[in-house]
Amino acid sequence: MSITDITELISKDARHVPLGLLDKEYGSIIEVLGRVPTDVELAMYSVMWSEHCSYKSSRIHLRRLPTKADHVLVGPGENAGVIDAGDGVAVALRIESHNHPSFIEPYQGAATGVGGILRDIFTMGARPIALMDPLFVGPLEDAQSRYLLDGIVRGVGGYGNSVGVPTVGGQITFDRCYERNPLVNVFCLGVLPIDRLVLGQASGVGNLCVLLGSRTGRDGIGGVSVLASAGFREDEGGAKRPSVQVGDPYEEKRLIEACLELLDAKLVVGIQDLGGAGLACATSETAARGGVGMDVDVLAVPRREPGMSAVEVMTSESQERMLAIITPSSLDQVLEVCRRWEIEATVIATVTGADESGVGHLRILDGPDGPVLADVPARSLADEAPLYDRPMLEPANLDERRDTGPANALVSSDYSEDLKSMLVDPAWIYRQYDHQLFVNTIFGPGDADATLLRLAGPGISHTRKGLAMSSDANAAWCAVDPRRGTRATVAESALNVSATGATPMALVNCLNFGNPEHPQVMWELSETVDGMAEACSALSIPVVGGNVSLYNESAGRDIDPTPTVAVVGLIDSVVRRPPSIGWIARDRIILLGERSANVGGSRWARDVHGVRTGQIDEVDLAKHKVLCEFVAQLVREEAGAEVAPGLVHGIHTVGDGGLGVALAEMSVASGVGCEIDEIVDHRELFSESVSRAVIATGRADELISRARSMGIAAIAVGVAQGDRMRVSQLVDIGLDELSSRFHDRIERALGEIASH
Amino acid sequence: MSVNIAIIRFPGSNCEFDIEEAIGKLGANAHIVWHQEHDLSGFDGVIIPGGFAHGDYLRCGAIARFSPVMDAVTRLARSGGPVLGICNGFQVLTEAGLLPGALMRNAGLRFVCETVEVEVTSNHSPLTSQVALGTRLRLPVNHGEGNFTCDEATLAEIESGGQVVLRYVDNPNGSLNDIAGISNREGNVVGLMPHPERAFDLVVGSDDGVPLLASFVRFVEEHVASHVAVGRA
Repeated sequence: MSITDITELISKDARHVPLGLLDKEYGSIIEVLGRVPTDVELAMYSVMWSEHCSYKSSRIHLRRLPTKADHVLVGPGENAGVIDAGDGVAVALRIESHNHPSFIEPYQGAATGVGGILRDIFTMGARPIALMDPLFVGPLEDAQSRYLLDGIVRGVGGYGNSVGVPTVGGQITFDRCYERNPLVNVFCLGVLPIDRLVLGQASGVGNLCVLLGSRTGRDGIGGVSVLASAGFREDEGGAKRPSVQVGDPYEEKRLIEACLELLDAKLVVGIQDLGGAGLACATSETAARGGVGMDVDVLAVPRREPGMSAVEVMTSESQERMLAIITPSSLDQVLEVCRRWEIEATVIATVTGADESGVGHLRILDGPDGPVLADVPARSLADEAPLYDRPMLEPANLDERRDTGPANALVSSDYSEDLKSMLVDPAWIYRQYDHQLFVNTIFGPGDADATLLRLAGPGISHTRKGLAMSSDANAAWCAVDPRRGTRATVAESALNVSATGATPMALVNCLNFGNPEHPQVMWELSETVDGMAEACSALSIPVVGGNVSLYNESAGRDIDPTPTVAVVGLIDSVVRRPPSIGWIARDRIILLGERSANVGGSRWARDVHGVRTGQIDEVDLAKHKVLCEFVAQLVREEAGAEVAPGLVHGIHTVGDGGLGVALAEMSVASGVGCEIDEIVDHRELFSESVSRAVIATGRADELISRARSMGIAAIAVGVAQGDRMRVSQLVDIGLDELSSRFHDRIERALGEIASH
Repeated sequence: MSVNIAIIRFPGSNCEFDIEEAIGKLGANAHIVWHQEHDLSGFDGVIIPGGFAHGDYLRCGAIARFSPVMDAVTRLARSGGPVLGICNGFQVLTEAGLLPGALMRNAGLRFVCETVEVEVTSNHSPLTSQVALGTRLRLPVNHGEGNFTCDEATLAEIESGGQVVLRYVDNPNGSLNDIAGISNREGNVVGLMPHPERAFDLVVGSDDGVPLLASFVRFVEEHVASHVAVGRA
C-alpha cells in the first residue's frame, strides 16, 4: 500500500481518534498489517501503543540507565526485577504509579494500584511480603487534597491489609503542585526460592492458556489510553470515572495462593498478570516474549455481564486476573488447585507456532472455529509501538531559578515556630496499614531512615539476613535542576538504606512527570534519567525496573518532575535491633558530612517563605559512597556482632527539612531533648545538603577519629539532654510541644482532633 | 510427647504461617488445616489465626462460621478442648457462638495497627492460666473491627465470672470495659484481638507474646495429660 493510499484511508476513517491514536500511528498500523485494521485490532493497538503500555516517549531515554550487575537475575522489561539474595533466595521488586485513577476515585484508584503491583510480583513466582506507598498530595490546607489523602490511605489499607501483604514504608509529600493531580506510587517486594522463578512467556505449540481469577467486565476499559495517557482538563474527572477499575482483595488473595501453589507444583510453563490493557496485553506480551503465536477464543472468556463485545473483552482492565500457560496434560491438576482456592479457571487460548517468516500471530477468534476477528503479529503489539524522540527544551529562566541568592537572604522572626510548622508525623497514615504481618518487621514505618525486614517469608525460612528498603523523592529539588535533584534523591535513598546497616543492591524508579508533548517536560525527563544514571553508576546500584507516568497535569499545569526511587539493600546479620532514630541522655551528637549554609531548594524556603527557587548543594558521589559504606559498617557492627560495641546509640540521615527536622525527630523519638551549640545560623539549621547523617554516641572522640580516617568530615554539634530542644540563638522548644506538633499535624488538619 | 495443634486456614486467612512458626518454637506440633476438613480427631487443641476469612465479606467471621471445619471446632470446644482465636479468629469464635459478645468497627472508624499495652486480668483461660495476674504485656494490634461489645447482662456475667482475661491499658478501639480478650464460662475457649505471635522476638520489637502462647501450649499438654489419666482410671 502506498503512502498516498494510507493517507487517503486515514482521512476517510476516523475510528482511531476517540481511541487516543494519532493519524501517523494509525498509518503505522495499516503499514504493519498491509490493510485496514478490524475494530478488535484497532482497539488492541490503541491500548498497547498507549503511552502507559509502550513507553513511547520515554524508552529512548530509559536506555541510558545502568541495569547490570552480577546479582541481577532479571532486569527491566519483565514484570518485575529480580536479584539474587544468596542461599538460594531471590528478591523481586517493582514500583508503579496509579496517579490518574486515584484523583478520580481515590479509594479504588489506590486500592487497584496495590492490586496491580502485587500481581507483577507473584507472577515472577515470588510471594509478596512488603509494600511501600510514596504519596504526593496537595497541601493539608486544601479541602480536596484532604479528601484525596483520606481516600487514598483508606484504599491502600483496605486492599493491602485484606490481601495479607504488609505496608512497611512509604512517604508523604504535601505540595501545591499535586493539587488536583495526586501521585500514588506503590512499591512491592517479594521473596522466592530461586528455582521458582518464572517468566511471562508463552512456549510450546499446543500448550493451553488458562485465564485465572475474576470474570471480565466492562470496568477499566481504556484505562491505559484515555485515562493514564492524557492529562485532566477542568472538571473532567467525573466523566472518566468508568475508566477506573474496582478491586477485590479477597479474590486477589486466593489468586496469590493458587498461583504460588501452581508454581510450586511446577504446573505452569509461563504466567503473566492482567493489568493495563488487559487480555490484549497479556496475550501479545507472552506470545512476543516466547516468539510464538496464540489463538484466543474470545467467546470462552467468562464475563460479568451479557452483551460484551470482543473489543470490550480484549481491552477490559478488570482486576484480579492472571494468564497461565500450561501443558495440556497438567490441565486437570491446574483446575483442581483452582477449584480448591475457589478460583475460576478457563482455557481461553492455545499457543501456536510462528509462520514461515518466524512471526508469531495473535489471532482473536469468535468461538473455537468461528470467524477471525483479529490477526496481527504479536510482536507488533508488544514491542513495535512507535518510538518518539520528542522535542526537548531547556527552560529559559534556568539561571534565575537556580540562583540561591534569594533563598539565602531570607530571615524569619521565630525559627522555633518555623521548625514546629515543618514537623509531620506520618503515623496517622501507617497506623491504618498492617505493617507487621509475617513478623519480619525490624524497623517499620517511622522507626528508622529505611524499613528493615528479616529476609524471610512463608516458605523461606529465617536466616540472620536482613532486607532494607527506602523510597524517596523530592520534586522541589528536581524542579530547579532535575539532574542534580535526581542525583541527590538517589544518594539520599542509598544513604537511608545504609543507615540500617545494609548495602544497596538494586533500585527501581517511578518517573512521574507532566505532559510529554511539552518540550520542557521532556527535557526534565531526559535530565532526570541522566542524573539517575550518574548516581547509580557511581554508587554501583543497578536499576532493575521502573515505571513512567506521564500526563500528570491538571488544567494545563504540569506537576514538578517527581522521580521516585526505591533502593533495596541487604545486611548479612541482624541479631538485635540496630540503632535508629533517637539517642540516650548525655550522648554527644555528631554530624557526619560537610557543613552547609545553603537553604536553596529547602522546604524551609518553600513552605515557610514561599520561595521555590535556588538549588541544593551538589552531591560528591565518590565521597557519598564512602559515607554510605562507613555508616553501614557502624550500624552492622551494632546489629550483627555477638557483643554489640555500643559505639552508636542513634542515627538519622539529614534530608527534607535539614538538620533542624532531623534533630527534632531524634528528640521526639527518644523523649530526650538536646542542647546544640555548633549550628551557626538558620541556614545551617534548615539546609538540605544531602550526604550527611547525625549520629549519637557516648564515645565522640572514637567516632570522630574513625570518620576522619575515612576522609569523612565529622564534628560534635551538641549533647542529648533535658526536656527541651535548644539550638543556640535559634530554637528553644519544650519536648511536649515539639512532640504534639509532630504527632498531631495530620489529625488536626483533618479535624480528627481539635485544633489548637 | 508433643501435642498436636490445628491451625485453621480459611481462604483469606493470613496469619497462619506466623502462628505456625511461634507454636513450633514452643515445642508443639502445629499443623495447618484447611477449612473444608470435617475431622479434627488427632488434634489436641485448635487455633484460629488472624486475617480476613472469606474476605470478611458480609461481616467479620460471619461466613467463616459456616465453613465445614467449624462443626468439628465446636465439638472439640464443647468437649472441653482448648481453642484460641486471634484477631479474626476471635471474631469467628463470637460469630460461631463459642464466645459471647461481638466485635464492632473501631471507634473512630479507622483500621489500627500499633503496639499497645495489655494487662492480664484473669487466669481463667488457656492463654493466661500460667501468667501472673497484673502482668503487663506489649502486643501488636491490627484490626478494623476490634471494638468488643455485648449486652449488659452478658457484661456482668463475663466480668463476675473472670472471663475478661486481657484488658487494654490505653484502649485503641473503643472496646467495652477496655476488653482485649475473653474466655468462655468453662475457661477452655479464648479469643483476643492483639497478636501474641507478632511479639515473639526482641529483634522485631517485643517478645511479650511468648508467655501467652507458652501458657496455651502448656494448657493443651495438661488437657491431654488429664484425659489420658481419665482414660486410664
